[in-house]
Amino acid sequence: MSDELASGLKCRLCGKLYPKEALNFCTDDFGPLEVVYDYDAVAASLSREVIRSRPRTMWRYRELLPIDGEPTVGLHVGCTPLVRADRLAKALGVEELYVKNDAVNHPSLSFKDRVVAVALSKAVELGFRTVGCASTGNLAGSVAANAAAAGLDAYILIPDGLEQGKVLGATIYGARVIAVEGNYDHVNRLCSQIAFKFGWGFVNVNLRPFYAEGSKSMGFEIAEDLGWRAPDNVVAPMAGGSLIGKLYKAFKEFEQLGIIDGPVSTKMFGAQATGCNPISNTVKTDALKVKPVRNPNTIAKSLAIGDPADGYFASQLIRETGGWSEDVDDEAIVAGMRLLAETEGIWAETAGGVTVAVAQKLLAQGRLSRDGSTVLCITGNGLKTQEALIERIAKPIVIKPKLEDFEALVEIGAPELVASAV
Amino acid sequence: MPQVRIPTPLRPHTGGNDTVEAEGATVGAVLGQVGEKYPALRERIFDGAELRRFVNVYVNNEDIRYLDDLDTAVGEKDEVSIIPAVAGG
Repeated sequence: MSDELASGLKCRLCGKLYPKEALNFCTDDFGPLEVVYDYDAVAASLSREVIRSRPRTMWRYRELLPIDGEPTVGLHVGCTPLVRADRLAKALGVEELYVKNDAVNHPSLSFKDRVVAVALSKAVELGFRTVGCASTGNLAGSVAANAAAAGLDAYILIPDGLEQGKVLGATIYGARVIAVEGNYDHVNRLCSQIAFKFGWGFVNVNLRPFYAEGSKSMGFEIAEDLGWRAPDNVVAPMAGGSLIGKLYKAFKEFEQLGIIDGPVSTKMFGAQATGCNPISNTVKTDALKVKPVRNPNTIAKSLAIGDPADGYFASQLIRETGGWSEDVDDEAIVAGMRLLAETEGIWAETAGGVTVAVAQKLLAQGRLSRDGSTVLCITGNGLKTQEALIERIAKPIVIKPKLEDFEALVEIGAPELVASAV
Repeated sequence: MPQVRIPTPLRPHTGGNDTVEAEGATVGAVLGQVGEKYPALRERIFDGAELRRFVNVYVNNEDIRYLDDLDTAVGEKDEVSIIPAVAGG
């Protein structure tokens, strides 16, 4: 099928070509490798009509996803709701607002199912039987779940001190979960050594060029569900900085193929936590180099990557598209989570609070326009990061099972129906 | 002597060795000596006098950008690791 569509890998720095193999960096200059497509061939087989005729999963865009045969892992991933968020729009003072809700992605409730579906389908094609990842939590659950369903052995390496929901959410699938003393960057470095030494398929190490392409499906879905157009503004959370670039790439590929009308003029906005803000700091200080953060400290643990692999490219993209980047503190993150929950009924993880709160900050600054269409990307589920809220959210008041007790509460007034936060 | 760990895909440039020994009191001196021994490796990790953008170097468990970059001191028993930066996320 699509075996001639993704033709190989290419270094983003020097352009050196490589075959489709498990390799993430150019052996001449260490530059990142990216999948090369034959867009003329893709254009000959992919159109709005073809996409519409296929099941509602991310694989309806399969010509633009880098596997050779039919997908074998993650067949039900994607096509999460694009929610028209009028109540949140009113609260923020925005004209046309949408929430792309990957908090309900299948099977593991985060956008990582997209990248893992591609990476593990590719791992099977390349003959790997053992796979793995370095993860801040969401990827751990996704690799563990999808590997279990595919019958692959999985090694999941995480920093110690992750949320319990994320740890359990990987262990339950029978994966070997290893907590490493240190932060994510320590884990990542170790995985870079393990993947090549043992010859395993680590989704975000040696399979990373394929893996990263999976994020484009989020952008394809946004464009399709907006009625085949790219939004005016996108606000996306940034950890390693890959997602924001792939969202934009998705719009540009659709434009190039004539699937949406150009020119794409989407402004890309990146959201980080103040306790780990290497990319937003690069944008705000107009720096050329990304200065890594040695000791990330934020409740948004899924974004706590101090040395982001795609930080350079993300900051360049933000500048080139006329967007901007900001960061917010823990209190603002919780407030953002609550605002999204209370206005739209969507419980996002801490990273979602980052995205909402950064959007609010950028609107107040005038960096993000109140006019036009804006999409907020929600990438993970609130059920997995309960620790961040448990001390900050009101607990229910306790009464006896007597009508008089309830009536007494009502008489006091509605706000008193809920006990104040501990 | 300090040990230098080579990323697996670059081992063809060090005669197949995953670890090489090199003398030097700083990271720059150690990598300089490795580079003299294996010129093909040198041009891959250095751009002129500077490390390439996507090359990370660690002394034991610490990224040299948090220490003194190429001037970071290296002891006899230290391990210097060359790690591709393009991973994770």
